[in-house]
Amino acid sequence: MSSLSRSRLGRGILLHLFLTPLALIWLFPLWMMVVFSTMPDNGIFSPGIELLPHDGFLDNFNNLQRDTNFVGAIGISVCVAVTYTVLSVLLTSMAGWALARYEFHGKGIVVAIILGTITLPYAVVLIPQFIMVARDFQLANTWIALIVPPLFNSLGVLFMRQAFSMMPAELFDAARVEGVKEWRIFLFVALPLARSMLAALAIILFLASWNNYLWPLLINSQPGAMTAPVALGTLIGLTKVSWGGIMAGAVMLTLPMLVVFVLLQRHFIAGIAAGAVK
Amino acid sequence: MRTRNATAYRFLTPYLLIFAIFWIWPIISSFMISFQATRTVPWRFAPAFNWGRLIGDPAFYNALENTLLILVIQVPVMIALAIMMAVLLNSPMLKARGLYRFAFFAPVVVGEVAYSAVFRLMFSLDFGIVNKLLASVGLAKIDWFSNVTPAMAVIMIAVTWRWAGYNAIILLAGLQSIPDDVYEAATLDRVSKLKQFFHITLPLLKPVIVFCAVLSIIGTMQLFTEPFLITERGGPGGGTETLGLLLYRQGFRSLNFGYASAIAYTMAGLAIAITLVQLWLTREPK
Repeated sequence: MSSLSRSRLGRGILLHLFLTPLALIWLFPLWMMVVFSTMPDNGIFSPGIELLPHDGFLDNFNNLQRDTNFVGAIGISVCVAVTYTVLSVLLTSMAGWALARYEFHGKGIVVAIILGTITLPYAVVLIPQFIMVARDFQLANTWIALIVPPLFNSLGVLFMRQAFSMMPAELFDAARVEGVKEWRIFLFVALPLARSMLAALAIILFLASWNNYLWPLLINSQPGAMTAPVALGTLIGLTKVSWGGIMAGAVMLTLPMLVVFVLLQRHFIAGIAAGAVK
Repeated sequence: MRTRNATAYRFLTPYLLIFAIFWIWPIISSFMISFQATRTVPWRFAPAFNWGRLIGDPAFYNALENTLLILVIQVPVMIALAIMMAVLLNSPMLKARGLYRFAFFAPVVVGEVAYSAVFRLMFSLDFGIVNKLLASVGLAKIDWFSNVTPAMAVIMIAVTWRWAGYNAIILLAGLQSIPDDVYEAATLDRVSKLKQFFHITLPLLKPVIVFCAVLSIIGTMQLFTEPFLITERGGPGGGTETLGLLLYRQGFRSLNFGYASAIAYTMAGLAIAITLVQLWLTREPK
């Protein structure tokens, strides 16, 4: 064995020796979430070290359901996230299409303002949004309040603009010569071609809505109108509450997303990495 | 491209409408609200009311100090960790790449509430797994949530756990866009891997690193859920209160919209200032 390949082998081993403990540390909180969700409360609060799951998930789930209507909250979260994703993908890709494929007056300003909002903290719009939705529109504790204000997003539009501007112009010009209307070109030529980008966008938007906390906490604070993260959040810090139940709720919020992540990893990563590719 | 105003704006209108109502107007509105006394009915214009209070408010300086402290420590540590993760995950020698990617990227899908609950439980004094593990190797238990320094540490650890992989994904995409022949040439010239990292990888990756840093700073600047849920409303005794939490307390507990708007604009000013400084520091040499 040459000295070069021996040093390569050494480096390879070193790499795994370093990366494996780090990966285990990174997985540890998720693993403990699962373990806690299967342990009775007196097990969580016992002096022993427990690192393996038990069989108490259903009991914990029942405790959670006793503490708050978590199933109802999950229902709201699912409906809101699905509606939000569909609307947002449509809105975002329409805007991205316009910015990518047409020349129009004010284009530079529109792009500059969208770019500018990336560096602006959400806190700046939070209070007027709240006053407007809760007081002026009287829409607190409705689905509309959860779905509509977060529809604006800047990175998604830039992502779709990028996707559409990479497509060859001849594709669309051919359709135009035949007199196909612009919105039909968008719907039936451009969108199908952008399938994988749309999938990436949809996943990221769904996840954002599913995990959104601050806005739903403020605007939908009535028990029957809470999303699942908000309902779970109300339990954290209470004294007479089942921690096994809270962990069961955390698992129910997290596990479906982890499954989606594993199945659609490519789209997931493309959606997140989109920010860097400009 | 032909100029097509009507068509373009037909596609843009729904998006711009939402943008105008829920972003442009609020940006203007919160600026104006910050100059109003909002605890009287009707609100009245009082330019120095909130801003004057802000300048003399110890609670504001406490929150500002905590936020900046988290920013200064957590963001660089996390970005360095993310660069390391990205570079190592990109190594051709890595086996079982999928498993490692899963480990580092999985936190990206975990919601703030879920992971706050887990971290709170993991770091609890008597029954937290972290203290149990410390005790099992003979170290003293740490009362994480009763003292400011360890409470801050828990928040930084939690945020870093949640977001390092996210940044690593972006950095990895950046790494993969660096052409291989750059490294091949360097290897032929017998440039060591470490030198390649500092003289090829880092400079070429700089724009992506800046992008990650800017996004992270803006995110950390608004930190709310972690001190709200993990350290119980910014405890102990306001020791982990952040600007985001102060804004929440002022705006939505005390319903003092004017003062909360002044806090929000302070956050925006800081975010913009830091972003500009960062862009200036990393500008391309002319």
